[in-house]
Amino acid sequence: MNKKRSSLFSVIGASSVGTMIEWYDFYIFGSLATVISTKFFPQGNPTAAFLSTLATFAAGFVVRPFGALFFGRLGDIIGRKYTFMVTLLLMGGATFLIGCIPSYETIGFAAPVLILVLRLLQGLALGGEYGGAATYVAEHAPDHKRGFLTSWIQTTATAGLFVSLLVIMATRNFLTAAQFDEWGWRVPFWVSIFMVVVSYLIRRNMEESPVFAKAKASGKTSVNPLKESFGNKLNFKFVLLALFGAVMGQGVIWYTGQFYAMSFMEKTMNIDKEQVDSLMFIALMMGTPFFLFFGWLSDKIGRKWIMLAGMLIAILAYRPIYEKMYQVGNLETKTELIGRNVVIPSLQKNNDGSSDSVFITTQFYDDGSVAVHTEKMHLENGRVKTVDGKKSMLENRMTRLTDAGKWKLIWLVFIQVLFVTMVYGPIAAFLVEMFPTRIRYTSMSLPYHIGNGVFGGLLPAVATYLSTSAKNNGVEQWYLEGLWYPIGVAAVCFIIGALYINRKVKKIDD
Amino acid sequence: MNAVRKWVGLIWILLAIATAFVGYSVMGLPKLASGKQEDLVFGIIICFILLPIVVGGLLVFGYYAFKNEYDIHK
Repeated sequence: MNKKRSSLFSVIGASSVGTMIEWYDFYIFGSLATVISTKFFPQGNPTAAFLSTLATFAAGFVVRPFGALFFGRLGDIIGRKYTFMVTLLLMGGATFLIGCIPSYETIGFAAPVLILVLRLLQGLALGGEYGGAATYVAEHAPDHKRGFLTSWIQTTATAGLFVSLLVIMATRNFLTAAQFDEWGWRVPFWVSIFMVVVSYLIRRNMEESPVFAKAKASGKTSVNPLKESFGNKLNFKFVLLALFGAVMGQGVIWYTGQFYAMSFMEKTMNIDKEQVDSLMFIALMMGTPFFLFFGWLSDKIGRKWIMLAGMLIAILAYRPIYEKMYQVGNLETKTELIGRNVVIPSLQKNNDGSSDSVFITTQFYDDGSVAVHTEKMHLENGRVKTVDGKKSMLENRMTRLTDAGKWKLIWLVFIQVLFVTMVYGPIAAFLVEMFPTRIRYTSMSLPYHIGNGVFGGLLPAVATYLSTSAKNNGVEQWYLEGLWYPIGVAAVCFIIGALYINRKVKKIDD
Repeated sequence: MNAVRKWVGLIWILLAIATAFVGYSVMGLPKLASGKQEDLVFGIIICFILLPIVVGGLLVFGYYAFKNEYDIHK
């Protein structure tokens, strides 16, 4: 009798904590995208810097399927446990190093290049982690509890985002704005290494999955999982079905509810960044238990229709929800208290010897909202500099909502998180049950990371493109046009899933 | 139901072709040709990553569906 035999509880705990840390590592980069863009990409044009970061963000997502292939293959050959320990260390190391890289001003072009390389390593590690953790827990779980037990892994993506926001907010609170901008933004990256070491120590004592160990002992593991998974039509058709009938829709709904909502409030509605962080934090906290609920429910009534119902409701509800969100922060529908406006002019000296004329206008509205409009005009010989006949200036708008407005947004984001829990809660068990043990890690990881990494990860870029184009073309509700991407992808996925997915749940101990 | 699954396979093939046309002509290629750095990155991602996966995957999926590979009794 092996004394190190693990209880189901410790299996779930060790797997979930490690996966949560990987998501944390991955998301702090996205959550700090704005400050990172000013540190690592050429200064001068903030939009270009932001887009560069977004591109790096996308690169992190695009590389995930390659991580799925590389580590999935290893996991099917040498085992789940050792593979997802390697991914944990790779992720932790890359994240820590991002926090150590000197800025563009210090080491020049090497800074963005190093950031890109480390970001790619993060993507590779994440590509290998999720499939390993989900497979590991599922292969320990009894058939009638697989949905519920794997749903703990499903909470980790949201929990990782949740913890990343918490650590960033705590760091901002402890430091001044100038300290955070100068070096404090590095702290969340450094924190990662402590979490990774703790998780590594926990995982080190776990045993291999019993299903995989049995397959290995009887010589039934695959010699070439990639060829078996994607070179064999009998299996490849299920890889395609998993992608187009489930994960593609799940991916866009996940990113709409948890990232596009955040970006929409910050960039389109111009809501104060700290207010957005805190309201996202509350909405995610309220929504997270529902991953477990829908995972549990999928053991009772099946996985397919819970996921598809989540997709269908999201498809129908997204435009009304985002219209309501936009109106909460729409200053044109509020009455400005003109007599209370405060304008503060100042002259700002820059490090390069140039000067900027800065006007900060604070506007108050009848419902209690406050808007701050900052205009920074670049000066040349005491006059406003012009480039191609236009004033060289930067503008920034920020709105701070009342508590009532903030709570309206919390509920509207919470509804979107509910959609996320419906599509995402049962999906680990669903994917695990689609593929045999010998190629499970490889086969489930690839569609998962294409669906989430490529379809979901590119959502901010594609949606921003659609809404910007609509704005330039004078479309009245331009701010809703970006939603056509998740709505379209989820609609195709719903139809494919409804038509082709078989509801029958399989045993996984093959 | 299996007959529906089979014939709808043709729709996925047509959808793949339509996605390729719209994706490359409206979004991808104009971005590659715009000359702006941020557009170039977006264009490369659309043309060389997103669209090949969507178009190639849907074509094969549609073909499999049309060949009755997703027949529930198969």
